Amino acid sequence: MSIDNEPNVAQSDGSQNTLLDMRNIHIEGFSDEQWHPIIKGVDLALERGQIMGLIGESGAGKSTLGLAAMGFVRAGCRFTQGEVNFDGTDLLKLKDAQKRTLWGTRIAYVAQSAAAAFNPAHRLIDQTIESASRSQLRPDAESRRDAVGLFESLHLPDPANIGQRYPHQVSGGQLQRVMTAMAMSARPDLIIFDEPTTALDVTTQVEVLASMREIVEQHNAAAIYITHDLAVVAQMADIIKVLRFGEEVEQSETRTMLSSPKQAYTRSLWSVRSLEKPEEKGEDIVLSMQNIHAAYGRVQVLHGVTINLPRGKTVAIVGESGSGKSTAARVITGLLPPGKGDVLFNGEALPADLKDRKPEHLRQIQMIYQMADTAMNPRQTVEQIIGRPIELYHDISGAKKAERIAELLNMIELDESFLDRLPAELSGGQKQRICIARALAANPDVIICDEVTSALDQIVQEGILKLLLRLQQEFGISYLFITHDIATVKAISDEIVVMYQGEVVEQGLKSEILNPPHPEYTELLLSSVPEMDPDWLTELLGSRTN
Amino acid sequence: MHPIFITIIKRLALGLVTLFVVSAIIFSSVTLLPGDFGEAVLGQAATEETVAAFREELGLDKPAVLRYFEWAGAVLKGDLGTSFSGRSASGVDRSRSVAEMIWPRLKNTLFLAGVTALIAVPLAIILGLSAALYRNTWYDRSINATTLTTISMPEFFVAYVLILLLSSLWKAFPSLATVDPGMLLGERLYRIALPAFTLTLIIVAHMMRMTRAAIINLLASPYIEMARLKGASRSEIILKHALPNAWAPIATVVAFNLAYLVVGVVVVEVVFVYPGVGQLMVDSVTSRDIPVVQACALIFAGTYIILNLIADVIGIVTNPRLLHPR
Amino acid sequence: MSDSTQSPSDYTASSEVGAVRKRRTRRERWWLALKKAPVSAWFGMLVIAGYVFVAVFAPLLAPYGEAEIFPTPFAPWDATHQFGTDQIGRDILTRMIYGARNTMGIALVTTLLSFLIGGGLGLIAAINRSWLDQLLSRMTDVIMAIPSLIFALMLLSIFKPSVASLIFIIAVLDSTRVFRLTRSVAINVVVMDYVEAARLRGEKLSWIMRHEILPNIMPPLVAEFGLRFSFVFLTIASLSFLGVGIQPPTADWGSMVRENASLIQFAQYDIKAGITPLLPAAAIGLLTVAVNFVVDWFLHKSSGLRDEH
Repeated sequence: MSIDNEPNVAQSDGSQNTLLDMRNIHIEGFSDEQWHPIIKGVDLALERGQIMGLIGESGAGKSTLGLAAMGFVRAGCRFTQGEVNFDGTDLLKLKDAQKRTLWGTRIAYVAQSAAAAFNPAHRLIDQTIESASRSQLRPDAESRRDAVGLFESLHLPDPANIGQRYPHQVSGGQLQRVMTAMAMSARPDLIIFDEPTTALDVTTQVEVLASMREIVEQHNAAAIYITHDLAVVAQMADIIKVLRFGEEVEQSETRTMLSSPKQAYTRSLWSVRSLEKPEEKGEDIVLSMQNIHAAYGRVQVLHGVTINLPRGKTVAIVGESGSGKSTAARVITGLLPPGKGDVLFNGEALPADLKDRKPEHLRQIQMIYQMADTAMNPRQTVEQIIGRPIELYHDISGAKKAERIAELLNMIELDESFLDRLPAELSGGQKQRICIARALAANPDVIICDEVTSALDQIVQEGILKLLLRLQQEFGISYLFITHDIATVKAISDEIVVMYQGEVVEQGLKSEILNPPHPEYTELLLSSVPEMDPDWLTELLGSRTN
Repeated sequence: MHPIFITIIKRLALGLVTLFVVSAIIFSSVTLLPGDFGEAVLGQAATEETVAAFREELGLDKPAVLRYFEWAGAVLKGDLGTSFSGRSASGVDRSRSVAEMIWPRLKNTLFLAGVTALIAVPLAIILGLSAALYRNTWYDRSINATTLTTISMPEFFVAYVLILLLSSLWKAFPSLATVDPGMLLGERLYRIALPAFTLTLIIVAHMMRMTRAAIINLLASPYIEMARLKGASRSEIILKHALPNAWAPIATVVAFNLAYLVVGVVVVEVVFVYPGVGQLMVDSVTSRDIPVVQACALIFAGTYIILNLIADVIGIVTNPRLLHPR
Repeated sequence: MSDSTQSPSDYTASSEVGAVRKRRTRRERWWLALKKAPVSAWFGMLVIAGYVFVAVFAPLLAPYGEAEIFPTPFAPWDATHQFGTDQIGRDILTRMIYGARNTMGIALVTTLLSFLIGGGLGLIAAINRSWLDQLLSRMTDVIMAIPSLIFALMLLSIFKPSVASLIFIIAVLDSTRVFRLTRSVAINVVVMDYVEAARLRGEKLSWIMRHEILPNIMPPLVAEFGLRFSFVFLTIASLSFLGVGIQPPTADWGSMVRENASLIQFAQYDIKAGITPLLPAAAIGLLTVAVNFVVDWFLHKSSGLRDEH
């Protein structure tokens, strides 16, 4: 495979420019009492100072391949073929003790969840300099000073003292930056970033991305950046490799990959974000929250929230974690009776508590969850799952029920061969469809969708969103769509509600909210959503400093 | 005040409440006594007057709450009441005070349990740690199989096998662990060799398995994988990354097993006819000498509660989240 | 799994692939699991089957009657008394066989009762999560603050030892542990979205319990049943050994050890006599080992090795 010459390749040791050369990697994993292939013959070559983006959907094997670059596999996995040449040495031929002298010092790893990857018992500074200290690179006191310098260039608050803290004493975004400093401490030649910003909110993600990119460039390290988020990888990588089912789909320079992907699969990944529904204004309000105040115990979560949902339309509630958007859903469904305020359904106040609501109320408002896995009883078949609401709300059984179940399965584009399957025998998208069918079985007026696509791969997301739009057109269902993803909002909503810290920042038609002028928070939120433009981050940072 | 003290004080208070409730339960068991109990203790020939006098002595005519506080007050002063045995139908009372009966035996039991703990705790922790460190090797597997078998055996089986081998066939140790107050330490240790060995075998098996499980559980944390990927060696991972987080689980394991020792002591004392509290309790249960049973139960339960309390306090003190609050 | 690349135009929901488990019926899955069971699990299952067989057919298998007394006490092993006789001249083999029935039967009934009490209350506490949960949990804490053997001894000194009081006392004391486990696994299930979905649907509490929660907490409860059974079995054996459990003339392994213990002293003259008291003790140990082996395997199976990629 050929790699285009990169403009910013490090000019080091003359002829030998290749830092990492992985050839014909095969990795297997043990599950269900058998070995299954995870990586099926992938090559990967990286030059000094180069950043490669490794993208793919869940199960593509990108994390496994990233760790393989260190000559490491997790428990229950094994290399069956291939070589991992790092700076001329095949890591797979080395003993563990020899590999350990490279890990942390010449190859470093940045994990997805910083909160879990830091040892709770040690101070951040001690963990930061651990590898440098072990390799006796320099005196510890010097490493400490250097770490403070790294903290500073990563824009951590109070860089001189933050290292004295323990992991649970700093925020997730800060921890992720400390982990980058930790990886950087021994000045490695290669850093593996394993989805380092996936767990962060968008507004935090921007800052972390910027400081990571800056420091990697500053020290001219090579990196492998693993993510499922195309827009993020576009900001970070010089070249992009697309993986699917443990095999390489294609690889090219970032701009080329974004503008003209060769493979149909890559194009399909790119095209997802083009789905957009024309907005419509609705006057007839089916569901409305009136000045809702709600609390968990003593913690006040919602402060006077008012949201209106027009009949047959989609209102998207957007916000970051802690904004109170899911709490709003719990208030509507009666799981969390509000301290103050009313939920009106067709203009009539619903009883605050679930227990006091009539079956008819319950039938009319249905809910679909983020994790279809946990939303279905793993011990019930598809037939039982969809059949129960039909039985309960419409008192239909026997042949008529079977008929109705078949009809519902058709609506969600599945067939009767799924009837006796258990949830574990379905793919992620199929599970979510069954959940949609369960909601439809009640013939509801309103469906609350709580992050229904966030856990799914891009293509599957699109399929689900299209299905939801079609069902809305056919049956006039109104959706309250809770999400943190702006692309999803663009795809499905008529109106948008922006929430921040338990309050509504603004509500209006999609065109009004997405186009300027914005309130300050909306501006921050919208501008933080990465775009599929390699210059986006640079431009954003430029505009923010001005 | 440092919030950790508040947490500890709360835990101590909870321990006190538990102790209070437990003592109340032990006390109130007397009120469950069947009505003819006076006759059962004093014999068929007892006159109505002696039975009535006995009932009055038990205070069965006073309200239960009042009796509880009288009893608890006396217990705090070291007065555990008077034994039922030694009373006769004629009203002659040759019964002894419970405290007098228990005190020398308590010293014996503490001696046996103490010697066992001194050997078993370090041994079990070392075995557990090394099994976790070299897990899935032949060393780990053989230790695992042995301990799984040992914990499945009743204590008296282990005891009798040891007697058969080390006392009956090869006359190395005495099968009866008789001790008296005048005995020298060396002689005493020799006499309790078999009971201590039995208890050690059982406790080590339990404790080692639990230590291993706790450490392996810890080794599955993402920060341990991170430590590996930072180049830490096996011993560094165990000593520097796992152990500082393992004190709480290990303390729990140790406390749990020392508490288990309390139970094991009862059976082992009976097998070896060792003059300890456990044997006294079993004898008193058979003869239905309620005040003695109550006193023994109170001692065992109190030990158990205090051990768990200590484990929890160690867990609190070594928890970095509590030590270094936000 | 390695089909060609899909484009959105030819995308259909039913062709969508993912980490889909191969479809098998329950019986096929069990058979497959059994075939792959390790030697220790097979050993355990065979031993348990053997014990059950002996317990069920005790009257047919035993050479003599349960309490039949022969003239020679402590008779040596010979053709008429394979394992000799005990201190009052009863045939040891016969009493071993009847002991299987009595000891195991009582332990089984006790464990069932303790699951009925502890499991039921644990489920209610997990769903209810109000003052009732608080009350039950605190009560459990207090009862568990007293070692169960000590508590049992104390209660047995008040109620006269009998099979009924033994079963009841041990079952109540042991139910605290079942309560804790049931409550904690059930709480993990109660917080699942599918239980919330059932509540939002307006399902009744009993329906949620039977259809949503119970099927999902069965694997850990089944394993716990095995462990509790061994524990109860050992406790009863210990109490009988101490002389306050199952009372004569009912044959029982724990009391048999106690009654014949003095024979050990004769080991150097007659090794067979010396190991006689160990036979019932070994019978207890073997069954507990067998149950532990099976439970170990079952736990390993139901926790499953997670896919780690």
